[in-house]
Amino acid sequence: MKIPLVYSLRSLLRRPATAAATAGGIALVVLTFVGMLALASGFRAAMIETGRPGNVTVLRAGSDSEMMSGLTREQAAIVRALPHLARAADGRPLLTGDVYVVATRERTDGSQAHVPVRGVSGEAFQVRDQVRIVAGRRFQPGRPEVIVGRGIAERIQGLGLGETVRFGQQDFTVVGHFTARGSAFESEVWGENEQMMAVFRGPFFQSLTFRLADPAAFDAVKHTLAADPRLGVDVYREADFFAGQSRLLTTVLRFLAVFVTSIMAVGAVFGAINTMDALVGYRTREVALLLTLGFRPRSVLAAFLFEALLLALVGGLAGVLLALPINGITTSTTNMQSFAEIVFQFRVTPAIVGTGLLFAATMGLLGGFLPARRASRQVIAAALRGE
Amino acid sequence: MTLATLVGVNLRRRLRRTLLTVLGVAVAFFLFVMLRSVITTLNASAEMSSATRLVARNQIGIVFPLPISYGNRLRAVEGVTALTWANWFGGLYVDERNFFPQLAIDAESYLPLHPEVQVDAAQRQAFLADRTGALAARSLVERFGWRLGQTVTLRGTIFEGEHRFTLRGVFEPGSPGFDGVFFLHWKYLQERYRDAEYLQNVGWYILGIRNPADAPRIARAIDALYENSAAATRTETEQAFQHSFITMYGNVSLYLNLIGMAVVFAILLVAANTMAMSARERFAEIAVLKTLGFGDGTVLALVLAEAGAIAVAGLLLGLGGAGLLFNLRDLSFGGMIPGMSVAGETVALAAGIALLLALVSGAVPAWQSARLQVVQALRHVA
Repeated sequence: MKIPLVYSLRSLLRRPATAAATAGGIALVVLTFVGMLALASGFRAAMIETGRPGNVTVLRAGSDSEMMSGLTREQAAIVRALPHLARAADGRPLLTGDVYVVATRERTDGSQAHVPVRGVSGEAFQVRDQVRIVAGRRFQPGRPEVIVGRGIAERIQGLGLGETVRFGQQDFTVVGHFTARGSAFESEVWGENEQMMAVFRGPFFQSLTFRLADPAAFDAVKHTLAADPRLGVDVYREADFFAGQSRLLTTVLRFLAVFVTSIMAVGAVFGAINTMDALVGYRTREVALLLTLGFRPRSVLAAFLFEALLLALVGGLAGVLLALPINGITTSTTNMQSFAEIVFQFRVTPAIVGTGLLFAATMGLLGGFLPARRASRQVIAAALRGE
Repeated sequence: MTLATLVGVNLRRRLRRTLLTVLGVAVAFFLFVMLRSVITTLNASAEMSSATRLVARNQIGIVFPLPISYGNRLRAVEGVTALTWANWFGGLYVDERNFFPQLAIDAESYLPLHPEVQVDAAQRQAFLADRTGALAARSLVERFGWRLGQTVTLRGTIFEGEHRFTLRGVFEPGSPGFDGVFFLHWKYLQERYRDAEYLQNVGWYILGIRNPADAPRIARAIDALYENSAAATRTETEQAFQHSFITMYGNVSLYLNLIGMAVVFAILLVAANTMAMSARERFAEIAVLKTLGFGDGTVLALVLAEAGAIAVAGLLLGLGGAGLLFNLRDLSFGGMIPGMSVAGETVALAAGIALLLALVSGAVPAWQSARLQVVQALRHVA
């Protein structure tokens, strides 16, 4: 015979302060867990959004990031001549040769950041069609003008519309702000590639990105480019390339989340054991009575486990609810892999919420098992007699 | 029977609960100390950097070099006593996960200007004499199990190709900023890439100055020299230079502090709850004590002493655990935070929290016990 679930619930409510304190401990663990995973997930999402399906990125062979790459105009011309490239209405291939550097700038709080500056071809806006101007206009070819991603426009000094930024010997006017679906491009300053070559590293591109007419042709293109002795390049799907750029920091953040919260969880589980132990202790006689009435030890075990689970889930739910407001908070850091500032938002995804609740349930079951087993195994006569 | 014995007996009575509570408090302190130490270690490497050294780098950004030709004019700036330079090498050892900083230095001028790099005379000579030699921090050598004379192969990411270095010396870092660093000869790169454009350049210049008070004036003088040239400079003290690397991680300190607070608060809740439960179970006994003539003050002291014992035991275990971990393993988070250590300030902070924990978790039961009506409580004994 099963013990009604409501028995477990009512038992918990008899000691509301104790139950609340234990659930509160679990809630804080879940809050921390969800918060840290949301940070990792937001960062990764921003990097992955950066790559557009069907786009291919080419870097000098062996370069780990755009910063270390360098491609000549001749190499760019070879890639541009590939038959697989998608074309604009006027027949021009959809390819952008990017100049990429990071420039030291100050954040609005005065600390230093390494702001990525990207020089692009005119076709870049078609290759990366997630880019939308939200204020002002695009830069014009041949003029010292830049547009700024909305993410950094607010966080870095001197990037407002109409302000000028100095790179090397040249002043650039900020003529527009853009969004790019929350991707890492929103952390960048964009100008024309020819202008940027002149002030930064000379006539080299750091990367070439083009749109494929047929996305299925990727393997063929990769093979063709890799086999060309004049090139010496690595070929990536754009999305894979940017996902790769996020690997190190994502790993560190996830490791930290698991490491920190596992240790916290150990403390919370100890707390749950103590609480359940005490709750079992208060009810020694009551439980003996249940057993005398013919409830099986297994039912008693289940009832106490359910009690612990309930306690933990209430805590877990509270933790998740407390964590929800951090969804969408904007933060920024330096991505060590590309050495560039990236602005992104905390993302509390359904998967993270689910993991958090599962985590809470695990803590409850771990904490509840020993006390529940003790309750179910007691010697009835001794328990009824008193002490 | 003294009060201390009574506290001891009480703690032993429900040994499992006491142990679990102590362990719970211990893991909280362990975590707290770890998180704080990341912050203090990061800050220490900046604060302990020299006040008599300036760093001049390209104003656009750290990845841009400065011309090698600047050296002579920099040396001539009033107040500058020594000059050296370095390049970021950025090689991979086996794979990306084994990150550690590698600097290509002009050893003849770099080592005298950096007394923090402590290496014995013979090894120093061996390093100076070998163009393909390398000098590595002790922690790094232990991390990878290297031996003197061994070949260390790095795959260049900035400087393409395979690079084989012979480990000629092991140094002790006299300041946390040098822990985990691998030095190689700038001249080696110069010889290997004789005609390459990037060797007309150095990563940054380091200048020794006579008087730290002159630092702002000298920095301004240098930056003025190159204000309108193709490679303008940004000169600052080494301290400010190091600090800029910490701030580039953004709000890390804030997040670590928030997490630390969540940890501490969670454990406070859990521990206080346990103590409250313990006291509640013993109301009858406390009534007996009071009947026997123990005053309210003594009862209060008893309960607080018990809470204090648990908090202190947890504190010592947690601190000990963290200290042990730092000593046993070179915990550097993938080479990004070398030289992790527990600062005195962290220990003090943890002790303060332990005190708070004892007071808060003891307060409720102590208060309840002290105002206990003896007759009421004894009725519970049944």
